[in-house]
Amino acid sequence: MIRHIISILIENESGALSRVAGLFSARGYNIESLTVAPTEDPSLSRMTLVTRGSEDIIEQITKQLNKLIDVVKLIDLAESNHIERELLLIKVKTSPEMREEIRSLSDIFRGKIIDVTPTTYIIEMTGPSEKLDAFVAAIDPDSIIETVRSGPTGISRGEKGLHL
Amino acid sequence: MELNGAQIVVQSLIDEGVEYIFGYPGGAVLHLYDAIFQQDELKHILVRHEQGATHAADGYARATGKPGVVLVTSGPGATNAVTGIATAYLDSIPMVVISGQVSLPVIGSDAFQEVDMIGITRPCVKHNFLVKDVTKLAETIKKAFYVATTGRPGPVVIDIPKDITAPNIKVTYSYPQKVSIRSYNPVLVGHKGQIKKAVDLLLSAKKPIIYSGGGVVLGEASSELIEFTKTLGYPITNTLMGLGSYPATDNQFVGMLGMHGTYEANMAMHESDVIIAIGARFDDRVTGKLDLFCPYAKIIHIDVDPASISKTVRVTIPIVGDVKPVLDQMMELIKENKNKIDGVALAEWWNQIRQWQSVNCLEFDRSSPLIKPQYVIEQLYEVTKGDAYVTSDVGQHQMWAAQYYPFTKPRRWINSGGLGTMGFGLPAAIGVKLAFPDADVACVTGEASIQMCIQELSTALQYKTPVKIINLNNRYMGMVRQWQEFSYESRYSHSYMDTIPEFVKLAEAYGHVGIRITKPEEVRPALEQAFALKDRTVFLDVMTDRTENVYPMIEAGKGHHDMKLRVATGTSTDRELA
Ligand SMILES: Cc1cc2nc3c(=O)[nH]c(=O)nc-3n(C[C@H](O)[C@H](O)[C@H](O)COP(=O)(O)OP(=O)(O)OC[C@H]3O[C@@H](n4cnc5c(N)ncnc54)[C@H](O)[C@@H]3O)c2cc1C
Ligand SMILES: Cc1ncc(C[n+]2csc(CCOP(=O)(O)OP(=O)(O)O)c2C)c(N)n1
Ligand SMILES: [Mg+2]
Repeated sequence: MIRHIISILIENESGALSRVAGLFSARGYNIESLTVAPTEDPSLSRMTLVTRGSEDIIEQITKQLNKLIDVVKLIDLAESNHIERELLLIKVKTSPEMREEIRSLSDIFRGKIIDVTPTTYIIEMTGPSEKLDAFVAAIDPDSIIETVRSGPTGISRGEKGLHL
Repeated sequence: MELNGAQIVVQSLIDEGVEYIFGYPGGAVLHLYDAIFQQDELKHILVRHEQGATHAADGYARATGKPGVVLVTSGPGATNAVTGIATAYLDSIPMVVISGQVSLPVIGSDAFQEVDMIGITRPCVKHNFLVKDVTKLAETIKKAFYVATTGRPGPVVIDIPKDITAPNIKVTYSYPQKVSIRSYNPVLVGHKGQIKKAVDLLLSAKKPIIYSGGGVVLGEASSELIEFTKTLGYPITNTLMGLGSYPATDNQFVGMLGMHGTYEANMAMHESDVIIAIGARFDDRVTGKLDLFCPYAKIIHIDVDPASISKTVRVTIPIVGDVKPVLDQMMELIKENKNKIDGVALAEWWNQIRQWQSVNCLEFDRSSPLIKPQYVIEQLYEVTKGDAYVTSDVGQHQMWAAQYYPFTKPRRWINSGGLGTMGFGLPAAIGVKLAFPDADVACVTGEASIQMCIQELSTALQYKTPVKIINLNNRYMGMVRQWQEFSYESRYSHSYMDTIPEFVKLAEAYGHVGIRITKPEEVRPALEQAFALKDRTVFLDVMTDRTENVYPMIEAGKGHHDMKLRVATGTSTDRELA
């Protein structure tokens, strides 16, 4: 069950997202995460979908996605050299004696403290999902008020790209 | 030309070349019905239930190759159409369904007769559109027909809010000659390298078999398939959906394959070393248990839909493309290299196949005092000289029609294979008869199936579509009863009905002719009488042997080589007629 990151260029139409989500539930494929936003061409959206499955399943997933009329193009990023990033926002309780420790931990992971109150920090961090996992694991669970993650997005390296 | 939305819909359909629209009115489509009233080019067929509209349009599409067109109102009209849409979807039938929707401003407010038709149909359409702007209406309709009829065909829904068809809002109308959709470009011509490899493999085969399906019918490639098969001299089997695309009377044809296919077709598949699948999708009714499927074969697969390839069975050489050009491409290479065929091996292979054929797997008890359903179909074939359009419902009668009526032309055998929709047969027959008023159209059905769309008898009278309903009345949901006999120790749980209507009276009440027969010797004369009544719909209620089963059969979890054959005695235990 290898993890695959599928990048999809899709018509920016109402209902397009539900076609993708519906396909996954109807056919019993799993979605680990899904991000979507319009591209520089407002008629198109770019979706990044993380899924797991055997080679046969991934082949069917990409074929079935391609079959959706709204899907313009897609690539399986896992097949080539690519960069993957995820955004994490995390709100932590900060007792006076812990503030310094959390700050340096955030520095080590190249996080940014973007909001400070007498009792909390909000830290912003991007990176591959494993790095974010590692950071979250390094923080005392009792001090975490909430976390929010965007799910990974990705882009392939070099001159090749996913465009019309 | 300035037209309002309702007029645009009607004019677009006319400009698209639509002859018939099958529909049922209601609030959300009243503007449309008013526009239909005010013209007479587009002919509207008023059904008695929206499911009937979809099946009639579907029958029309299967018989003609042209898309079927349906019009239903919002809410219950739309949901009633869903079964027919799904039926067309699973068999890849081109269809355009226009559903009314509540007006744009009230969408999402649980308005009167509002359902999310786009959401409901999403998993059973090729695509669907919600029209939000009257200026996009004509283009959307053009796109719908384009998507429905190209590549792998399928149903497309256009959901039109009532205010889009309002009489007072007029816009400039012109119907686009062509549309292109940047995200939709079906591959039609096959990859040359793959074709070369496929031909090499095919010609090197010692035990080849051609396994072709509905894609040949849909792709209008019957004559190419015949030339291909004749040139190679290889055995050919068809799926249920492919029947007729290769003449069943030809001696290279080994019958249908799969669950109720012939012994020889399934054995040949099992023993084969090279299989070429042409427009067939390795359905589970065809493959039996996947682990046991064709253990010795390398497989070539031609299909216009890449997602059909290696979906359930991994193939050796995939070829994405339209069957017609791909077969043409292959034929060129085959003609040049025909001498590579191993004639000796092929002769041995045919020998083996002839042996399997000698098992006579479709033989049945011909001396029974009861009417055998198989005999009825044989007689139907004789009386119609093998040239009828035969629609069917779903059950044992469907399998017998497929097994005992050797179809020699494509588009003559019209049934719901993928969804297996009871209720399909009668409305489909009406659609066929509208398309071909001079042809013989028979609907082979069962007493359970026919009751699922029986109301369309009324439509048949109104539009003078004299079809012949052959009701193989076994007083059982025979197909269900058969499974219960084999797998549930004959516990016939709810597979019979104690109250079956008197179909003769029912037919008469609807204004048709009803005939009931109980003895084998009545079969032929009754069929002759039915078809002689050219301008009447005839309901032939045939009391058949209620214990008869469909053989041969691959039972659940078994492979092709492990078919259950009819036991030689074959006598019925229940000789009493209800
Ligand atoms: C009670 C019952 C019993 C059944 N028993 C059997 C049985 O014993 N044997 C049997 O065969 N079936 C049986 N069926 C039917 C079965 O469920 C499937 O519907 C059927 O096997 C599918 O046929 P097919 O593979 O030809 O595919 P279809 O559903 O006809 O699909 C056509 C394929 O061709 C492709 N295609 C379409 N157009 C083109 C083109 N232009 N060029 C190339 N490719 C194209 C499509 O992408 C698709 O993959 C039974 C059904 C019922 C209800
Ligand atoms: C709408 C629908 N409901 C249920 C079924 C399941 N089913 C398949 S065959 C069958 C029995 C059909 O009985 P009948 O029409 O009398 O045909 P027979 O098998 O007796 O020839 C049933 C209930 C179905 N295919 N379609
Ligand atoms: Mg019955």
